[in-house]
Amino acid sequence: MTPANENRTIPVPDALARFSRSWKSAALALAVGMIMLLVLPRVLDDFSLVQATVYAVMAILALSLGFVWGFGGILCFGQSAFFGLGAYAYAIAVTNMGDSTVPFVLAIVVPAAFAAVLGYLIFYGRLSDVYMGVITLTVTLILFNLINSTAGPEWKIGNAPLGGFNGIPNIAPLNTPGNVDDVIGPRGLFELSLGALLGVYLLLRLLLACKVGRVIVASKENEQRLLLLGYDSRLYKLFTFVLGAAIAGLSGCLFANWGAFTSPTVFGLAQSAQIIIWVIVGGLGTLVGPVIGCVAIQWLTTQIGTQQTINSNLVLGAILVVFVLMVPKGIVPTVGGLGVKLLGAARRKPEVSGDKRGVAQDDHHNATRKEAT
Amino acid sequence: MTTPLLETRKLNVRFGGVHATRDIDFTLAEAELRCVIGPNGAGKSTFFKLLTGQVKPTSGEILFRGRDITAMQPHEPGRFGIGIKTQVPSLFNGLSVWENVWLAARRVSTPMQTERVTREVLERVGMLSHREAITGLLAHGERQWVELAVVIAADPPLILLDEPAAGMSDAEVARTAELILEINRRHALVVVEHDMSFIRRIAKKVTVLHQGAIIREDTPECIMGDPFIKQIYLGKKPH
Amino acid sequence: MDLAAIILIQVLYAIASLFVISSGLAVIFGMMKVINLAHGEFMMLGAYAAIEAMRFGVNLWVAILVVAPLAVAVIGVVLERVFIRRLYGRMIDTMLATWGLSLLLIGVVTSMAGNTTAGISAPLGNFAIGAYSVSSYTLVIIAVAVVLGFALRWVLLHTSLGLIARGTMQNPQMADALGIAPGRVYSATFAVGAALSGLAGALLAPMTGVVPTMGGAFIAKAFITVIGGGPAIVAGLVSSSVLFGAINQIATFASTPVFGEVALLVGAIVMLRLLPRGITGRFFRGAL
Repeated sequence: MTPANENRTIPVPDALARFSRSWKSAALALAVGMIMLLVLPRVLDDFSLVQATVYAVMAILALSLGFVWGFGGILCFGQSAFFGLGAYAYAIAVTNMGDSTVPFVLAIVVPAAFAAVLGYLIFYGRLSDVYMGVITLTVTLILFNLINSTAGPEWKIGNAPLGGFNGIPNIAPLNTPGNVDDVIGPRGLFELSLGALLGVYLLLRLLLACKVGRVIVASKENEQRLLLLGYDSRLYKLFTFVLGAAIAGLSGCLFANWGAFTSPTVFGLAQSAQIIIWVIVGGLGTLVGPVIGCVAIQWLTTQIGTQQTINSNLVLGAILVVFVLMVPKGIVPTVGGLGVKLLGAARRKPEVSGDKRGVAQDDHHNATRKEAT
Repeated sequence: MTTPLLETRKLNVRFGGVHATRDIDFTLAEAELRCVIGPNGAGKSTFFKLLTGQVKPTSGEILFRGRDITAMQPHEPGRFGIGIKTQVPSLFNGLSVWENVWLAARRVSTPMQTERVTREVLERVGMLSHREAITGLLAHGERQWVELAVVIAADPPLILLDEPAAGMSDAEVARTAELILEINRRHALVVVEHDMSFIRRIAKKVTVLHQGAIIREDTPECIMGDPFIKQIYLGKKPH
Repeated sequence: MDLAAIILIQVLYAIASLFVISSGLAVIFGMMKVINLAHGEFMMLGAYAAIEAMRFGVNLWVAILVVAPLAVAVIGVVLERVFIRRLYGRMIDTMLATWGLSLLLIGVVTSMAGNTTAGISAPLGNFAIGAYSVSSYTLVIIAVAVVLGFALRWVLLHTSLGLIARGTMQNPQMADALGIAPGRVYSATFAVGAALSGLAGALLAPMTGVVPTMGGAFIAKAFITVIGGGPAIVAGLVSSSVLFGAINQIATFASTPVFGEVALLVGAIVMLRLLPRGITGRFFRGAL
């Protein structure tokens, strides 16, 4: 006989939570993405397509932090470091090599390797969240200072001058592997960027549904319990951190392609802050949230940039403060929650009978147990 | 002479000036159930934490099936086959009951086996009906049972429980005692507890700690009848 | 010999400026466990306050040592009451909100003062040691750091204000039960921390340019110093400033200022690996 309180209903996740964890939400997101991938190049003019491309590229960066922080619980304040390393690695490598295949790979591998070393020092040193935030912030600041000071002609890797605060201009775009002259155009870059975004999203959803992903999420929930179960949380955190860096590096490579230019601002404090704001505004703990937050904030900053009266730092700062204080969950969960409530209010009857089913099942189990005892 | 499952040799821990664990020689055989009791400050928690690796001894050794595990990393006890339930319930509160047990089982089983094992273990502790529940929102007693399920899911030969019946109603305590006895059929257990009635239900052998050292190891009846032990629990008798 | 003296002064200056920069953060983080990412902007506000005061004819020393700390203290109290207070106990949220505040403050000041670099020329000129010349102002900063260190320790240990603050931080409910309003203590402590940051900003203004984004250069160093110092506020600050200030300066001598910063960060990571709770988590335990 179970002394469990038969009068209480079992606290199960709400409809929104169940939806977002199921394959249905992934399918929906991918479907929307695929539609945009097919339709937008036909509908938008080149200028708008270029604008949409940078939204997609930055959305990949937002996803990287959304994953590392929202699911891995790793408070990385310096995700822009990996973004910048990706951009610079691509720029330098393609200037030296011509063909873009290896540079593309390097743009992903170099930030990942850097993250592996940094992550090893932090996770295997069992440093706390606070240190993580400060150290990653400092790393990106140092990278900024370092690259910023490389303006002189003596600063070069192979044939590629680092350019210091001037940046690296005229970055050769991606070409079809093996054929240096067949370079990617605006439409191709858009399709590649959006395609990469969808690919990364799918990859992360699959990861989160399998054992490794679930351990990563559990590590954020309760690291002590995870350790007691025999999982080495340091390894999983390191993996999460490195994967996040690789994704950010990919975004950096695409960004360098998009502007044919990169400068130390990719490492800057402003860039770091923006990524954090995208994730917080969009919704920490979701994958779609950071993407939406990114597009929304990017759009907003473009609008602010066109006028002179209001300073963009002011607006971004205010948004961050307001969201942390008042909308801590971010847009997607809040809107999603409201949507579920509205739907629930509109479809009251079916919900009630659903509950009854749940309670009936419970009674059935209790009955079975009674018989067994 | 078979190797004991768990053995400590001259285990000592000092914190600053406090000698919290003194020369403890503790032995546990395979599938044995031992309760560890003692008044407040006797060093039960410290001893438990030494066994789980949360506290490192100042001197002495801990052996698990003959293997020295004194200097363990935090994730190693679980790997070696020691299931641990700490005094403060430690579960993945945001995840479902099913997911909690699944994670525990998955480390040692294939995906197919894990589904089966998770179902069986939840059935054993009577929480299968609650498998979708968000663990953090369950009642205290239910969470303790989920934690038991989590602890046994990877089938560890040794299970350490710190106050498994804490905060439970009488009915829940009875159920927990049943569970522990059932678990004891195939696993060894070390149970640190306060509740004497609970201990009487489950223990065949009890280790009594006092001021960091073992003063007596015997059956519950002999322990209860010992006037010295009564005195250390209740304090000095007035003259 | 002269070179040795110069190097010594530069190292002492590095240590002293690190101490001064980090003192405000040490008070706020060490006492209140609040991660104030707007610390650099408090410094920036102090620098601008001093400049504005001087524009109104206030004496340089009064502007730096009196006006700047007071102005930022007032701003600090306002910000604490309006924002920070709601986030006590939520460390990550505090970090994020103060980061937002930092952007907000940069935006506000940029709107008001523009992007160009303002400045205060270093007073007192230079003095010579052998063939080398050193800015006398560096000695002022060293002196201020020393005075500040002793003053902090004295206030914390020997005044009732310090005792009340320490007690409230350790156990606010108890303090409340004893008739001390924790809210007031928090505001006061935050104000002191803000004042120290403002002082640091104004003090360093003659050595660096004053621009709305100047805070970014200091925030990382300050945090590393405070976290590396460990739980004891003054002892931690002193030991940490000595260690990291020396590392920074020596590395700078060996190569460039940027590598000095890198050395500081690497040193911090290594040190945190060895002493995860900071210097005073292991040594000088029980000191203040």
